[in-house]
Amino acid sequence: MRNKIAGVFVAAVGLLVHSVLLLGHHGAASFDDKILAMKGTVTEWVWSNPHCFLKYDVKDESGKVTNWAVETQNPTTMSALGWTRTSFKSGDVVTLTLQGVKNGAPIGRVRTVYFADGRVLLATGVTAPDPLPAK
Amino acid sequence: MPRRFVVSFVPLVAALMCLSGVTLAQTWNSSGLPRSVFESPEGKPAPAPPRDLTGTWDAGPGGVSGAGHVASPFTPWAQERLKDIKPGNGPRAVTEEFINDPLSIMCDPAGFPRLLLYELRPVQIVHTPNQILMLYMFEKRWRVIWTDGRALPRNPDPRWYGYSVGRWEDDYTFVVETIGMDDRTWLDNAGNPHSADMRVLERYHRRDRDTLELTVTIDDPTAYTQTWTPRNKLPLKLVPADADLMEMICSPTEAAAYKKLVDSQK
Repeated sequence: MRNKIAGVFVAAVGLLVHSVLLLGHHGAASFDDKILAMKGTVTEWVWSNPHCFLKYDVKDESGKVTNWAVETQNPTTMSALGWTRTSFKSGDVVTLTLQGVKNGAPIGRVRTVYFADGRVLLATGVTAPDPLPAK
Repeated sequence: MPRRFVVSFVPLVAALMCLSGVTLAQTWNSSGLPRSVFESPEGKPAPAPPRDLTGTWDAGPGGVSGAGHVASPFTPWAQERLKDIKPGNGPRAVTEEFINDPLSIMCDPAGFPRLLLYELRPVQIVHTPNQILMLYMFEKRWRVIWTDGRALPRNPDPRWYGYSVGRWEDDYTFVVETIGMDDRTWLDNAGNPHSADMRVLERYHRRDRDTLELTVTIDDPTAYTQTWTPRNKLPLKLVPADADLMEMICSPTEAAAYKKLVDSQK
């Protein structure tokens, strides 16, 4: 499976979000219904209220690098799901699925994180890992 | 080696083993009970002790109401007030740049009863001779419920968390009445408003040793045409007594950093 997702891609999986949109402090109306999948290199993991943030660089086919920032719920909620203050370190290569925003900015709400070592983390309301698109 | 020493050593080791077992059960920085507690069928719990709410209680996922609540019909006063309220959730949700939620944007206090209606995280309840104290993980706030028989104040200065008195309705049901809330606060994430005339009734029914049911009734004829009950017998479960809870504080510095980060990505 990992071979199938090798390489850098930013792809709209096109699945509708079946569950109710995640509902954080900052509202649900800004988020898009589509689920995105991408691979990136972690630049920062911010463990704080009201939301934790994972920042990572994604390089597209032309070599252009975009820094994304995707939020999760707060540390309390994430702790209960097995996330910790040390879940990520800079340089980690991760593949993620996330809910983007309607205006296309490089922000969103993370849903599934696949680590290179096989670990998987799920965000609030995500009951099973999102499938990744075949390359 | 005196045999007596060896014999006396055995219970000492046993005692130490027990002690280490206790140590393992102790928890630092807990986020509350695991979700499985709220998903698995209940066994046969022990009966509730009379007139005692002592302990830390967790409503689990049921205590966190991100979408807000469905209120009873608004009065014209509330409809006018709603023109200034731009929530991020619920039927009147606006997109992020227009949200003016005082809690999420500015880290104002959640206030009462939003503390019960939005992020009801674990709460420790403590009895003193003349009060019941409620120590909330969310915001690391506390409330004082007076149990010394006093009446509620007349025409009080508004406070974020109001003024509360409580009494035992029966051996297992504690009822709290609260008035005097600051009308800048919202009731929930959907931006349901309230007036300074609101009365809130909380009913804590200790169904058994491990379960406390919370019912919250909003009585605000200035804002709503009838009373409504955003929490109806919400079950809270008893958290092990040795669990140390996380902090969950809305820090203005962190909220500003969050906003800056989001803005910088646009």
